[in-house]
Amino acid sequence: MFENIGEIVLLFWRTLLALPQAWRQRDKVFDQFFEIGNASLLMVCVLSFFIGAVIALQTGPVLVERSLPSAVGGVVGIAIAKELAPVMMAILIAGRIGSAMAAEIGSMRVYQEIDALRTMNINPIHYLVLPRILAIAVALPMLVVFSVLVGWFGGAMVADLNHRMEIPFRVFFADLRDIVELKDVANGVFKSFCFAIIIGVVSCHQGLVTIGGPRGIGRSVTKAVVNSIVLIVIFDYILTRFLLK
Amino acid sequence: MSGIPDNHSGVGLVVRGLRKSFGGQEVLKGVDFEVRPGEIFVIMGPSGSGKSVLLKHLIGLEEPDAGEILINGEPLTTPEIAAKYRMALVFQSGALLNSLTVGENVGLYLTEHRLKSPAEIEKIVVEKLDDVGLKDAVDKLPSELSGGMKKRAAIARALVIEPQLILYDEPTSELDPLSAVVIGNEILDLNRRIHVTTLVVSHDRDLAFGVADRIAVIIDGRIVTVGTPDEVRNYNAPRVREFLHADFKREK
Repeated sequence: MFENIGEIVLLFWRTLLALPQAWRQRDKVFDQFFEIGNASLLMVCVLSFFIGAVIALQTGPVLVERSLPSAVGGVVGIAIAKELAPVMMAILIAGRIGSAMAAEIGSMRVYQEIDALRTMNINPIHYLVLPRILAIAVALPMLVVFSVLVGWFGGAMVADLNHRMEIPFRVFFADLRDIVELKDVANGVFKSFCFAIIIGVVSCHQGLVTIGGPRGIGRSVTKAVVNSIVLIVIFDYILTRFLLK
Repeated sequence: MSGIPDNHSGVGLVVRGLRKSFGGQEVLKGVDFEVRPGEIFVIMGPSGSGKSVLLKHLIGLEEPDAGEILINGEPLTTPEIAAKYRMALVFQSGALLNSLTVGENVGLYLTEHRLKSPAEIEKIVVEKLDDVGLKDAVDKLPSELSGGMKKRAAIARALVIEPQLILYDEPTSELDPLSAVVIGNEILDLNRRIHVTTLVVSHDRDLAFGVADRIAVIIDGRIVTVGTPDEVRNYNAPRVREFLHADFKREK
């Protein structure tokens, strides 16, 4: 992965330079955006609900036993908003959308479709990379906001229904509001925006450098997902450290 | 029949001392030839002789290690020169974008460069597809087409550029004899109708001798001979004769 980091940064730079083309490519951006939403919304919903539920289940009884029931809403709220929703959704999207990007562009490369674009003087970065990165950069933060809300709801349900907590729904959210600030949610959304750029650039790069036949495409898909996840985890630490200041 | 203007004619192409290596292996070892404006020039050679690599250099997909390519006397070194002349490549596989319909593929150049209004593009697409006998395939996906239809759709896509130089990479490979003749006739018809300079790379002897004004034979990265079909047919170098007259040895 690290031997390609220069190429990945270069692709990111070229995509930034292509930004003035964004309005021209708006139809493709919308297409990609809806594809990401359609492909991910249900999975995001299920995953987020159960993440919220399990965090409440793990932390709630411990806090209640120590006479800290008012901390349950805050712990679940902070954990989901600042860490779990952005990271888990990024990993989910890397697997679901990053792999599809690498496969589609990789297949276009293998079957000379990208060469065909070049012969028509159509820049593959404008035509293929820019719309995908813009779409994922908008879609992932939106999915994370949705995920945060569903995750909180999951946590609140478990806190209410579990006999070891029995924290009413309204009380859970009142406690959550006391601790979680808008800034905490914004931190998570900002992190997810950075993760989206990582997934988009890494996956498109992997697609563009695909060689060989179907096996080469398979290899690219695997590398796109694994490299994206590794970079997400590394950047999660760096961004968290930076945002904690 | 066609919306192609009469005023666009072919360009001349000169290739001098073209060399290219991949990983230490020299694929093109100093290629020299000239294509005259408006002629059909066929480069023949066995598999692995460097034909497709040569074609990629001509369209700007590869950079040569040495040598030069001149279009109408101007070196093809900058994107500006490349953009000045309209060149199109018909890929061996067709290389149609599988996610687009045939009509969208054919109109892609005009759509992406916003050269015409959507209504005009639609009209041009239908005209070009009609030119290659695929008018009814406008809404089909490339996966629904046969090999020959894909190549004809790729020719239609190339025609939209109104090329001054059209390059064909193995246009009859993987086609049955009837489809190969259809493609050969398309190449001849287009050349006669719009006077586009045509360069065909192929190892199909029937196609080469059927359509070419002149033929070059490339073997091991070098042009061995250039001439009219008759001159090349009678050329006496052993490797050329071996390639041109290869046949089965069945006992009678």
